[in-house]
Amino acid sequence: MNTDSLGYIFLSSFLINNFVLAYFLGICPFLGVSGKLATATRMGGAVTFVMFVASVSAYGIHSLLVSVDALFLQLICYIVIIASTVQFVEMFIKKMSPALFKALGIFLPLITTNCAILGVALFQTNREYSFLQSIIYSFGAGAGFTLALVIMAGLREELDLASVPNIIKGAALTLMIAGIMSVSFMGFAGLGG
Amino acid sequence: MSAKTFDSFIKPLWKENPVFVQLLGMCPVLAVSNSVYNSLAMGLATLFVLMMSAALVSLLRKVIPKQVRIAAYILIIATFVTMAEYLIQAISLEVYKNLGAFIALIVVNCMILGTAEAFSSKNTLGKALIQAFGVGVGFIFAIFCMGAVREILGNGTFAEIPVFSENYEPWVIMILPGGGFFALGLLLLVFNSIQQKLKKKEN
Repeated sequence: MNTDSLGYIFLSSFLINNFVLAYFLGICPFLGVSGKLATATRMGGAVTFVMFVASVSAYGIHSLLVSVDALFLQLICYIVIIASTVQFVEMFIKKMSPALFKALGIFLPLITTNCAILGVALFQTNREYSFLQSIIYSFGAGAGFTLALVIMAGLREELDLASVPNIIKGAALTLMIAGIMSVSFMGFAGLGG
Repeated sequence: MSAKTFDSFIKPLWKENPVFVQLLGMCPVLAVSNSVYNSLAMGLATLFVLMMSAALVSLLRKVIPKQVRIAAYILIIATFVTMAEYLIQAISLEVYKNLGAFIALIVVNCMILGTAEAFSSKNTLGKALIQAFGVGVGFIFAIFCMGAVREILGNGTFAEIPVFSENYEPWVIMILPGGGFFALGLLLLVFNSIQQKLKKKEN
């Protein structure tokens, strides 16, 4: 398959180069909100939406900056867009579902500093994706992030019942599981290639 | 230097290490720690951004309105990251290529925003600088440990100098993404066990 084809771009960002497990982007929410399955799914949805908006805006801003020859402002513009989108999502969730707003807690405003989102914007610019490719890429990345988060949440819900030594409880155990997941995701390499 | 200021420098080195204890700034620690050189370059770039933004945030702490402070901090950080990006590009193109997009991603390192919000915005220039330096050194310590473990096991070298005999078969997995998670998990284990032993001694 052609590496520029839309199907490959989606598969690549969804499974092969999964944002969390291969690029280590978005580790904070991955470790922080992966305790419960329901919260993880919704967090994934919120992040996917912000990614989509960020990706579309990043494409527009990049073309604008190229035309006025001010590429050094790229990073600053991207982060401003992301921050304002997150603010918008935050207000929306607060209004629609106060319970979810409580469950996500501090991690909702922290989507601003979720590297996965800025990562999508930067990578698509670096690879010179077209408008359609950028959108597909952001959806793939969002779906991949949600997938990793949901798998981890499912595993951790089961692990709560298992007895593990005191010393490994918490982040160390989560990281070990993430390592095993990452190794198993390496099996997708070559898929569609 | 008063005892309290000194304390704010010492604490982030070990007791409140940003990576091992507070679990902040994990992305770069995992992503660019596959060799000692890369991890040191990343650590230094982060230290630069951390100190510069702490200084500016501390100087502007009376000017920035409370409601928009987070946005203002992010803008300050993004400015310095852009500077760091161009600086690294000018100093060494090779390092720039190795670190790739992760230099730009220093912007979203929660550790930097956390320092600005929790400490720099409430303290004078001197104190903010000392504290930021402590956090930065603590971060470099953590990312250096990761880089050392991964390069020694995954490549059989330390800073490109071979440490094992020729018969050593490198654990390639340690350089791959999965190894990053394993190495950080292991380091957290070691860190926790040392902490627990120290606590027992105190009791």
